[in-house]
Amino acid sequence: MVRRVIDCVVHAEVASVDQLVPHLSPHWQAVVSETGFRGPYVATQPAGAPTVCAPRFARPDGVVEASEPGHITRVLDRWSADAGILCCEYAVDGIRNPDAAAALASAVNDWLVETWLPADERFRASLVLPIAQPEAAAAEIDRLAGHPRVVQALLPVRSAAPYGDRRYLPVFAAADRAGIAVGLRCGGNPGNPPTGTGWPSYFAEEHAGMPAVFQTQLLSLIAEGVFERFADLRLALLGSGFGWLPAFVWRLDKEWRGMRREIPWVRRAPSATIAEHVRIALQPIDVPAAELGAVLDELPADDLLMFCTDHPRWQFDADDDALPAAIPEPVRARIAGAVARDFYRLP
Amino acid sequence: MTVDAARDRSPAARSARAAIVDADIHNTWPEPAALDPYLPERWRRLRARLGERLHPGAQYPRLNPAAARTDAWPPEGGLPGSSLDLMRDQLLDRWSIERGILNPLLEAGELLNLEYGAAFAQAINDWQVAEWLEPEPRLRASITVPYEDAPLAVAEIERRAGDRRFVQVLLASRTLEPLGRRRYWPMYGAAEAAGLPIGIHFGGAGGFPTTAAGLPSFYFEEHAGMATVFQDQLTSLVFEGVFERFPGLRVVLIEGGFAWLLPLMWRLDRTWRMLRDELAHVTRPPSHTIRERVFLTTQPIEEPPQPELLARLLDRMDMDGQLLFATDYPHWDFDAPDRALPPVLGGARRDRLLRRNACALYRFG
Amino acid sequence: MRQHALGPIDEFPPGSRRIVELDGRSIGVFNVDGRLYALRNRCPHQGAPLCLGPVAPLVTAPCPGSYVAERTEVIRCPWHGWEFQLADGRSWVDPEGTRVRAYPVEVRRGQVFIEMR
Repeated sequence: MVRRVIDCVVHAEVASVDQLVPHLSPHWQAVVSETGFRGPYVATQPAGAPTVCAPRFARPDGVVEASEPGHITRVLDRWSADAGILCCEYAVDGIRNPDAAAALASAVNDWLVETWLPADERFRASLVLPIAQPEAAAAEIDRLAGHPRVVQALLPVRSAAPYGDRRYLPVFAAADRAGIAVGLRCGGNPGNPPTGTGWPSYFAEEHAGMPAVFQTQLLSLIAEGVFERFADLRLALLGSGFGWLPAFVWRLDKEWRGMRREIPWVRRAPSATIAEHVRIALQPIDVPAAELGAVLDELPADDLLMFCTDHPRWQFDADDDALPAAIPEPVRARIAGAVARDFYRLP
Repeated sequence: MTVDAARDRSPAARSARAAIVDADIHNTWPEPAALDPYLPERWRRLRARLGERLHPGAQYPRLNPAAARTDAWPPEGGLPGSSLDLMRDQLLDRWSIERGILNPLLEAGELLNLEYGAAFAQAINDWQVAEWLEPEPRLRASITVPYEDAPLAVAEIERRAGDRRFVQVLLASRTLEPLGRRRYWPMYGAAEAAGLPIGIHFGGAGGFPTTAAGLPSFYFEEHAGMATVFQDQLTSLVFEGVFERFPGLRVVLIEGGFAWLLPLMWRLDRTWRMLRDELAHVTRPPSHTIRERVFLTTQPIEEPPQPELLARLLDRMDMDGQLLFATDYPHWDFDAPDRALPPVLGGARRDRLLRRNACALYRFG
Repeated sequence: MRQHALGPIDEFPPGSRRIVELDGRSIGVFNVDGRLYALRNRCPHQGAPLCLGPVAPLVTAPCPGSYVAERTEVIRCPWHGWEFQLADGRSWVDPEGTRVRAYPVEVRRGQVFIEMR
């Protein structure tokens, strides 16, 4: 069966700050050179963590997988994908100098636009933003808003304040003006502990704890009425998984019934808002195959999930597991491409 | 026809029903001075001058005053939960509560002055004995401890361990470090040695934002987000190998609901398999350990769009022996014993949740 | 349907609420600025004594950060805060699916009457 596939998360890795230098202004080129700046001090995951790059994708020649457009072209070919949405996790949010963060974010975006997009017409870009400075982040969205293949503003899921906080309104306003989606991705280095209960000993705790942060962000965006302010807002959760969503939605609807008065601008049940505005990348599939049917049944909408490989992250071992047969048709066919095509307004 | 005053006197639906164990009741004092007789002079004076210093955590106007049911204020004055008479009337007698477990949320463990916190905890436990356990044989209590200082916490656990009316050690869910961390291990050892579960109740403040994305603006977020705190703490306990190190330890997660646990177990099992090198000390799949050692109170009960979904969830969770009914009296998110568990769950399962599981865990004869 | 006499109107002054027992049903009777309402004193959620909850104007918001006190009066359940309109007993968030019985109340010749089966 020929499926129309959209890969809604493929990574574009900045292997070295040298790749960004050509896209920096002379001032920042000089700073990089004079200070010996090698890039953000923290990343979403420890570089050697097995979750970063599936063992079978690791290159023996030392080249970082997904650091060149050709690596992702091969992935899209393998899956017969019509489009691949590039997600770069370069951690500008971990750079405290606001001007440096903005300069590096612009450099990443120019690198994506000028070296990646021309290499493969199927690529679409997500913007990296200096999110610690919401006005600067909005300006960066405005700068590239006209580009037809920029489809998303990408925010790290861990932030200094939850994204519904009114300080971030300029970012959502800019995304709204630009007509692009807002995507949340794993990681983030705002300076707060990576969990609400402190600094965990193990990376495994951070990794296992990511869904909880997505939950926190969804709660905030709903509670603060961001979906009421921006009726066209499209929010993508990239890397959250979805097994937790049914219980979460039950809880939010229950809470809203009693606590509406505190947030009276929330005029409808959170489940309805999520069904309309939120889409979730398929990986990681944290749901055992035997449970997939039940979980899909309980999601607040049929068209919630969007296929992705999340290449080169370690999300599945065999290709057959990327879009499991346990997902019933016709939902499975829609997950393969139609949901992302609609969501990202692809041809 | 009778015309009556404002207090509700409608007859309780007191049909012939099995007795219930309530795994979470919040006793408090009518006003702070009520604790003074139990506090040494030094701390009484300090308290009068400086009050209680602790991390501010998340402060919100909550749904109701004192976060309580608006009908739970004692007519004679004092805070909801401070009147044993009203607790009997509105809870123990009304719903045939056979045993009720007191979890006083009085912040002893959060006090920044640790020596004061230890004295405060001891006073609270003395107060519980004198004013709750002695007069009311249906009540049991949790040991309040200064959990941020292991030796002081151990001392208080050992002080109470001989009194079997204390049935668990009480911690708050937000602590200075994730609860699996080594600083808390001596406390787990003492609890294990005493045969007492560790109860972790929603609340507390750790000195940093209450989420990994900063401080939420609204109580709605804080309350609806309770599960995320328990997810993180349970992950810490499991991945730090606490259950391997303390093979007799059981943990009760109180006031976090439970539907979030099934997808978390899937996530933890998967993470454990992928990151085995880092977690070499975790010898079993997390879901296996959780199904043996972790208990949860049912409140605030999950309310899916169809009650059948709750039954199906419980089938898939396969933890029927580890869910403990709780009312959370007198708080506003109170679960009524006769309404919270839908009939579709069936009599046998309801009986386990309402009574048998708690009797087994807390060893009520 | 029958008319039940509850007593003289001056026993139900503005600002008052009273719980009455009628035919085994507990009913809350309210006088809000001269308007009389009667609701079943049992929340459909978990059976709380609904009529003991706070009564206030409904709060709505045209946008986040703006709070408007409407003319609609609601009672909030004393337990979980569900809001019910005094006029017809419908819940605010689910008017079709969640409601409490509201009884017509009127004053005739200085006496308060409630209409119920």
